[in-house]
Amino acid sequence: MNAGHADFRADGSTANAGAKRGAQVNRLSGGLVNSAKVMNFTFDGKAFQGYEGDTLASALLANGVRLMGRSFKYHRPRGPLTAGSEEPNALVELRSGGRQEPNTRATVAELYEGMEANSQNRWPSLERDFMSINDRFSNFLTAGFYYKTFMWPAAFWEKVYEPIIRKAAGLGRLSMEDDPDAYDKGFLHCDLLIIGAGPAGLAAALTAGRVGAQVILAEEDFLLGGRLNAESFGLGDISGAAWIAQVCDELAALPNVRVMPRTTVVGAYDHGVYSAVERVADHVLAPEVGKPRQILWRIYSKRALLSAGATERPIAFENNDRPGIMLAGAMRAYVNRWAVTPAQTVAVFTNNDDGHRTAADLIAKGVKVTAVVDTRADAPKVEGVELFAGAQVIDTKGRLGLTSVRLRLASGITRDIPCGALAVSGGWNPNVHLTCHQRGRPAWREDIAAFVPAGELPPGMSVIGAANGDFSTAAALRTGAKGAVAALSDLGIAATVAELPQAEDAPVNLQAFWYVKEGKGRAWLDLQNDVTVKDVKLAHQENFRSVEHLKRYTTLGMATDQGKTSNMGGLAVMAELVGKQIPEVGTTMFRPPYTPVAMGTLAGRSVGEEFRPTRKTPSHKWAEEQGATFVEVGMWLRTQWFPRKGETHWRQSVDREVLQIRKSVGICDVTTLGKIDVQGPDAAEFLNHIYANAFGKLAVGKVRYGLMLREDGIAYDDGTAARLAEDHFVVTTTTANAVLVYRNMEFARQCLWPDLDVQVISTTEAWAQFAVAGPNARKLLQKIVDPEFDLSNEAFPFMGCGEVTVCGGLRARLFRISFSGELAFEIAVPTRYGDGLIRALMQAGEEFDVVPYGTEALGVMRIEKGHAAGNELNGTTSALNLGMARMVSKKKDCIGNTSSARAGMNQDDALMLVGLKPVNSTDPVAAGSHLMNAIGVVSAEADQGYITSAAYSPVLGCSIGLGLLKNGGNRKGEILRAVNPLEGREVEVEVVSAHFVDPEGERLRA
Amino acid sequence: MIINHPILGPRDAQEFTYLGDAALIDRPDWQADNAAEAFHDYLYLRDNPAGEHRELWFHEQGDRSWLVVTRNTVTHDILNVELARDVARARGRRK
Amino acid sequence: MRYSGLKVIKEALTGHNGWRPSWRNPEPKPQYDVVIIGGGGHGLATAYYLAKNHGITNIAVVEKGWIGGGNVGRNTTIVRSNYLLDGNGPFYEFSLKLWEGLEQDFNYNAMVSQRGILNLVHSDAQRDGARRRGNAMILNGSDAELLDAKGVRAMYPFLNFDSARFPIKGGLLHRRGGTVRHDAVAWGYARGADMRGVDIIQNCEVTGFRIENGKCLGVETSKGFIGASKVASCVAGSSSRVMGLAGMRLPIESHVLQAFVTEGLKPVLDGVITFGAGHFYCSQSDKGGLVFGGDIDGYNSYAQRGNLPVVEDVVEGGMALIPALGRVRVLRSWGGIMDMSMDGSPFIDKTHIDGLYFNGGWCYGGFKATPASGWCYAHLLATGQPHDVATAFRLDRFRHGRMIDEKGQGAQPNLH
Repeated sequence: MNAGHADFRADGSTANAGAKRGAQVNRLSGGLVNSAKVMNFTFDGKAFQGYEGDTLASALLANGVRLMGRSFKYHRPRGPLTAGSEEPNALVELRSGGRQEPNTRATVAELYEGMEANSQNRWPSLERDFMSINDRFSNFLTAGFYYKTFMWPAAFWEKVYEPIIRKAAGLGRLSMEDDPDAYDKGFLHCDLLIIGAGPAGLAAALTAGRVGAQVILAEEDFLLGGRLNAESFGLGDISGAAWIAQVCDELAALPNVRVMPRTTVVGAYDHGVYSAVERVADHVLAPEVGKPRQILWRIYSKRALLSAGATERPIAFENNDRPGIMLAGAMRAYVNRWAVTPAQTVAVFTNNDDGHRTAADLIAKGVKVTAVVDTRADAPKVEGVELFAGAQVIDTKGRLGLTSVRLRLASGITRDIPCGALAVSGGWNPNVHLTCHQRGRPAWREDIAAFVPAGELPPGMSVIGAANGDFSTAAALRTGAKGAVAALSDLGIAATVAELPQAEDAPVNLQAFWYVKEGKGRAWLDLQNDVTVKDVKLAHQENFRSVEHLKRYTTLGMATDQGKTSNMGGLAVMAELVGKQIPEVGTTMFRPPYTPVAMGTLAGRSVGEEFRPTRKTPSHKWAEEQGATFVEVGMWLRTQWFPRKGETHWRQSVDREVLQIRKSVGICDVTTLGKIDVQGPDAAEFLNHIYANAFGKLAVGKVRYGLMLREDGIAYDDGTAARLAEDHFVVTTTTANAVLVYRNMEFARQCLWPDLDVQVISTTEAWAQFAVAGPNARKLLQKIVDPEFDLSNEAFPFMGCGEVTVCGGLRARLFRISFSGELAFEIAVPTRYGDGLIRALMQAGEEFDVVPYGTEALGVMRIEKGHAAGNELNGTTSALNLGMARMVSKKKDCIGNTSSARAGMNQDDALMLVGLKPVNSTDPVAAGSHLMNAIGVVSAEADQGYITSAAYSPVLGCSIGLGLLKNGGNRKGEILRAVNPLEGREVEVEVVSAHFVDPEGERLRA
Repeated sequence: MIINHPILGPRDAQEFTYLGDAALIDRPDWQADNAAEAFHDYLYLRDNPAGEHRELWFHEQGDRSWLVVTRNTVTHDILNVELARDVARARGRRK
Repeated sequence: MRYSGLKVIKEALTGHNGWRPSWRNPEPKPQYDVVIIGGGGHGLATAYYLAKNHGITNIAVVEKGWIGGGNVGRNTTIVRSNYLLDGNGPFYEFSLKLWEGLEQDFNYNAMVSQRGILNLVHSDAQRDGARRRGNAMILNGSDAELLDAKGVRAMYPFLNFDSARFPIKGGLLHRRGGTVRHDAVAWGYARGADMRGVDIIQNCEVTGFRIENGKCLGVETSKGFIGASKVASCVAGSSSRVMGLAGMRLPIESHVLQAFVTEGLKPVLDGVITFGAGHFYCSQSDKGGLVFGGDIDGYNSYAQRGNLPVVEDVVEGGMALIPALGRVRVLRSWGGIMDMSMDGSPFIDKTHIDGLYFNGGWCYGGFKATPASGWCYAHLLATGQPHDVATAFRLDRFRHGRMIDEKGQGAQPNLH
């Protein structure tokens, strides 16, 4: 038998109820649950039954279980305070394994067959929690105590104090298994987004829906109707539920209205964009195959109506946190909607008329109400229950659940009242949260003693119903319908207020009352974080008086409920202490999300290998067939090397590829390099602006290497520009900068030189391009290129280019350019022929023992040739640093030339690109090593530069590197130390020319 | 955010790439006597207003127009959107 | 009043009546030796070190709102000394060393917790970069270890090693990096400064400078004119606005950076992890929430809030790195205004106006710099000379082409 049952018996209830409806001892008759459909679930391993339509909290209460959780700091026993998403207490771990969800609010967890829930933040059990020892020491654990201690000895913080604190802190547990469920994202557009489907939202939806406006009605709950489901009064001459059913039927028939239950609008972003979370499968054991668990909707709305209702607030008094003490409106919801009473005898504590409704509804359902305690001396009578007007609850009893409350009567005497539950009402706070997500700052309304939306609301948003402080049902219906008419009228859609049923229109009768001053014990404000009135007083005493200091010092409002039920109380206590009005003290910021959102939902499908798109080259399929090893290069997958049978280490493959290219011929897919078509009469002039070096005089049929600078004079990309015609260039960029270079070209074209007659377009994806490199490159290509094109050195010299046809008439572009330093060409064909071309090239190359090669061999060869690449073009190097100062033309206006002349970029000891060779040829050279003089200290001050790139050169038979060295141009032959303290290595290197192989360039001109 | 493209109508700002202050259109004359100083100010100094800000956005996943968007940096309200090329020409930029 | 465990026990047994205000609420005096504009971490630290190191106590810190309400009150709490470039490395190492003794120094537990920072690498080029950085760190007196994929797995087995779009190839581990309870830093400095006589004046907005003949004589404020021999601006995201009142244009843009915290969880993540193939970094607070962030939104903003695409982008990075986070719920997101500089590095400098000083341009990295920034700014204010570790943080460095560009992105603040 669980503690809930034990406590329940202490409450003095009869066994009759249990006998009547199974073990659901506190189940009443009626309600909106389907008692024909029984659902089995477990809590802390014990089996229970509830009904379809229950939440975990209502089902547990029905079974006589009030104890559902433990608080954060003192580990106090707790039961549900609310019946909604503002719940601070009843947090559980739902499900298990990869689906385990910590901190799930039992009050909104829709019951399903087979639900598995466990209490959290307790050990060894919920009833007997070892850490509840903290409660005994609460006097030592006051607000901010940790800022004043745990400082000595210094080393103890990480080693002793913090690990203990970390272990004790936290709430639920995460399994750390991968979440098996899928999440989706979607986009919706509408004229009118209605947030909340209570009476205000429903009236608005009917009004807007009937005139054909595109409407989205989003409701957090799985039932539409809002408070109507929780109250006993009807609309017109029918029940609330019947009216809701009518409205739902009508809305369902309107194709222009999208009704979204189980959907919480969580954030209000710029320009009418809202984020919403739809819980597609949280009310079932597991999502259907292929279906997501939740969907993140991005809703683009022209207008929005906030009809998010209001949240009741508690009153603080000593020991006001025991299981069984809950908000009065929540208790009505349990009684009316879920046909559950938290106990068989109940008392009510209120400062307003609304609390009296709870007593009336309980009595109507046959629950014994032992007292209505009203702080107002002139409180109205309630039929059938003893009223204590002008009285207060000053203390409570019951270790694991409430057994009695102690009253201080108006006469001054105390009285103990037995009860298993206490309904508390301190008034209602409009749910203004979404109005604050941009610049809105709520304003105080004295008549309801609450903040209402004010200031600059998110553009396009207006607020209706209780969210705006209009608490009666009639007002909700009226403001809802009128709000819709006004919003639509902004959009030029004429609508008239729908005919609305008669509804209760009770005024708010309330006398602000925040906390009971009597008593030396603790009176809780923030139940989850265990922030009490005493803590606020201490914060005040220590001058943490601004509302933000109060929050941060005491942690008030920082729990998973974000202060929905606690901020106001804390604010009120502080206001009293500083002698100001509540609005003068201020209110804390409400930030998105309105309720917490699973990270899986925000990520959607962008997880695992689908985190980002994968771009494959035209030869990918062929390369896969060859067993290629691939590597991520930005979004692209490129072949890294092509292992062959018997090769056990990547170096074997790469060395073989390099040697075979330098000996005969190799082929590499270079499609990923950016390609930009530049056309127009002013194309050459345009490129003169874009590149640091001159392009005006480049002959048709020729290619030139070009260096691009940023406007600050730093080199950022290099590549080639081939002039195919007087007014037509093809520019190549590095793979990494393809998008950036294109963007910058468009900027130059549209913003800097808008009258240049030039067009640019990215053709990276349009052409498949292959490098064919090695002494036999020409021979191989001649077999592919149609015979009418002469590829001889005379007819097609180094840096030549032209349009050709291959394989019998397929158009192609041929460039005689070389990254490898060998006789080399790059040939491009329309992308759809890329796969065919690689196969044709490989077949044609068989007689030369052609090798396909990947990015590693490419990298080795470019280091052997001293070509700068990404590691050298690292965003901090100028043309001067790269040894290309002379390329920066001073005779024309190119981007970056003016700024590159600044003194700091032209110092005598500027870094210069050099080659580095180990003195001992077996020593490895590691990129990222720092260069130090051969003798002297090794220190940051003595730093001479660093190694940018390194590779093993199979041609030279040793490791080689490129580096940026201070005054590097004048230090050839010098011996330096390449230090790598990170890996405990130091290697002597010699400064050499960066052109390790064929420095005269004879091979590439062959 | 939503940017009301002068040609394409309202588009999600996610389709665009942001550059910065529209003053980047006013690239100085490289041959002026004070070119070094002018380029320094052009490249590095910003008004950075809290309020209306004219700024450059590139419709990268769209029609590749550069736009000058007038946006309030406090409220994020967008007050005007122009084609940057029109702005550049109006500010006297030619070839 | 000295804080200690014994004091906490004594107060607990005697009704907590002995706790005094952490700082006073003084009215401004007409004239100070130094007026510091901005009661954030840097401003309060500057006041503290001016008083403690230089004996200058006739100081006012004027704050528009409540102290510690700027970026020190809304950051992701990380401290580290893992910088690459000469201009930065010694400064941040100095800062980390100050963090290491801070709590004992100012008698306030700011929970400086060196649980380590791991920067993941996903490509050979990133590994080369990590090696260069790690070596620079060690040469500057910091600590670094290069891990391979196996080493990373041993530390954090729950990262996505098996089905990642960008597989983890290793990481650079900085064991002395960690987190600090951010609000406590502001409060600790405020309390320490107040104890030494500094006036902390909240709800006091600077509306102008009084500048005569090229000399700054003080500030106009919502509480009237306050005279000062030296005026020191230290207002981060509001730098352009405040210095604009003195007619200055700065190499700074204000951008919004969003940050996030999840519901509290029992411990799952000990140190700080930075994803190298997306915009995501994460740690777990002592209270149990995962604190994470990513990239700035990317457009100029003073709004202290961001937009949804960046939220999604950051969380996508988180899920790509740690697939087990799917059911962890994001509790709160917020935005701060970052004073993004043109090279991603800060300024601690005099201005061309005599008596007016400037500290700013910290981008999203100002929190970790708080102690050294305060120390070096105090040094500059007191001696007229830049501190040895902050000589590069000059306002005129762009004029001379001496950028300190860790990311290599050039004069585009939103890319730093």
